[in-house]
Amino acid sequence: MAARALINVPPTAKRGEIVVIKALISHEMESGFRPNAVGQLIPRNIIKEFVCTYNGVEVFRAEFFSAISANPFLSFTTVATESGTVTMTWKGDNGFFATESVAIAVE
Amino acid sequence: MRIGHAAAALTILAGIVPAGAEIATAQRKSGYDFMARTTQAMQDGDTSNPGMLWVLDGAALWDRKAGAANRSCADCHGDAPTSMKGVAARYPEFNATLGRPINIEQRINLCRADRQQAKPLPYESKDLLALTAFVARQSRGQPIAIAEDEPTRRSVETGRAAFVRRQGQLNLSCAQCHDDNWSGRLAGNPLTQGQPTGYPIYRLEWQSLGSLQRRLRNCLTGMRAEAPALGAQELVDLELYLMSRARGMPIETPAVRP
Amino acid sequence: MTDHKPMVTTRRRFLLGAAGVAGGAALMTLLPAGRAGATPAAMQAAIKAVIGSAPMREGRVKIELPPLVENGNAVPLSIAVESPMTDADHVKAIHIFTEKNPQPNVASFHLGPRAGTANIATRMRLADTQFVVAVAEMSDGSFWRDEIEVVVTLAACLEES
Ligand code: HEC
Ligand code: HEC
Repeated sequence: MAARALINVPPTAKRGEIVVIKALISHEMESGFRPNAVGQLIPRNIIKEFVCTYNGVEVFRAEFFSAISANPFLSFTTVATESGTVTMTWKGDNGFFATESVAIAVE
Repeated sequence: MRIGHAAAALTILAGIVPAGAEIATAQRKSGYDFMARTTQAMQDGDTSNPGMLWVLDGAALWDRKAGAANRSCADCHGDAPTSMKGVAARYPEFNATLGRPINIEQRINLCRADRQQAKPLPYESKDLLALTAFVARQSRGQPIAIAEDEPTRRSVETGRAAFVRRQGQLNLSCAQCHDDNWSGRLAGNPLTQGQPTGYPIYRLEWQSLGSLQRRLRNCLTGMRAEAPALGAQELVDLELYLMSRARGMPIETPAVRP
Repeated sequence: MTDHKPMVTTRRRFLLGAAGVAGGAALMTLLPAGRAGATPAAMQAAIKAVIGSAPMREGRVKIELPPLVENGNAVPLSIAVESPMTDADHVKAIHIFTEKNPQPNVASFHLGPRAGTANIATRMRLADTQFVVAVAEMSDGSFWRDEIEVVVTLAACLEES
């Protein structure tokens, strides 16, 4: 099954209001530092980048390393500037790619 | 050598701890109450609780047609928040056809096999965990309500006997830790009452969701006792005893545990 | 939170003994297999790679982790930087480093005036008791740091998962 993400963006906000965005995605974040049963390192398989755009403009970006927990969680803020779409994208090892979009209405 | 040390220490313990007292109803506490505030917060928020990712998967599976019957769970059971409310709170439940209690995973797999005519899902597989989490999520806040009939009672007794029986190389019983010493700490971490209120749980140690049977097998391995295979009747009986011991406590699925 | 009745020594010993025998798989995720983890020197080098020859100042940035870590696999981490977050004066980036994980880098966050605040939370792995360092990079080119020491007790895991 494809990766699942849970994101929380307030559906409505006042213009100029600072809103909290939360994002949780299913991913094992295999660190690359863990040995398997026969002592060989399990190859790294992590999410390396998270980008949040607001009507196409990047407002927040994160680079992840192996120390980020499995099923990565992020919370950050953005200014509600105008009605539109907030899009989040995760990219990682082995071509991992996931994206989610939600609408925000700004009065 | 360390085993010998623990066994010797245990002899001392046996001398000072009164055995066999089940926890009084008023004193029962979920594992949640023993967790750090930050771990509780992780469980409380739907966007912060990683277990909700499995619930989301389960919701998709609920609607997906499967098997030779080409039916989805929703085709027969409709809206899960209505049809599945309180269901997980009464499992394991005695199944008259099989003549034994079955747990919620086995109940779901019966529908997979008989109603969908699909292959049963393996224990601890992502899909079975997802469906179980989704079904049990519909009972969140519902009090655990194991049946009181005669066949159920007999299986509860079998489970209770396993709970108080000393076993394994350390000669320990479940009760010694979870009835007699739950206010204590084990290697710096709180030892809880071993309540089954949150399953399947997202365990930080596993970095994943897992069933009550997986958790029980962890404890059995820790006791250096033989851990029955997933799905074994001994484990279902233990689950049933734990649920009857937790009667009235609210379901928390999906709980987060360290 | 719960009150824990004090346990008599013999009992505690027994429990510790039992835990010791059972051993623990906690933190295996990050414990390097036969390799040295990040050393304080490796962390200093990783920080240097970000700030170059710019001076490092104390203040403005605050990093928080719980004082008691229940399991090193998922430790809540939050960072807050004092900044008006205007076009002229904002936080450009925040970088997180550790001393004793196998690799010093944890995460880097890139933000700007559109963020409104520099308040970020995530969860990280901690392989050991160690310092975690946050470095904030401001729009005027200055760098600010904060650090916190986190005590990781092995989770009381009685099992091999
Ligand atoms: C063709 C119809 C049909 C389909 C499809 C079906 N079920 Fe069922 N299910 C039933 C019936 C009928 C029962 C009542 C018990 C029985 O089997 O006799 C039942 C019972 C149950 C129960 C126990 C309810 C209780 O009150 O104890 C659960 C849980 C359950 N189903 C889950 C599922 C899930 C999950 C799926 C999809 C994977 C599913 N079912 C698919 C017909 C169906
Ligand atoms: C040496 C002590 C010890 C023994 C013996 C032991 N456990 Fe545990 N058990 C623990 C520890 C430690 C944990 C994790 C922390 C906690 O919940 O207490 C745990 C956790 C649990 C949990 C999870 C509780 C939750 O909140 O999710 C259950 C259920 C459980 N044990 C049942 C059992 C059963 C059944 C047995 C016997 C087969 C058993 N334990 C034997 C120490 C023990």
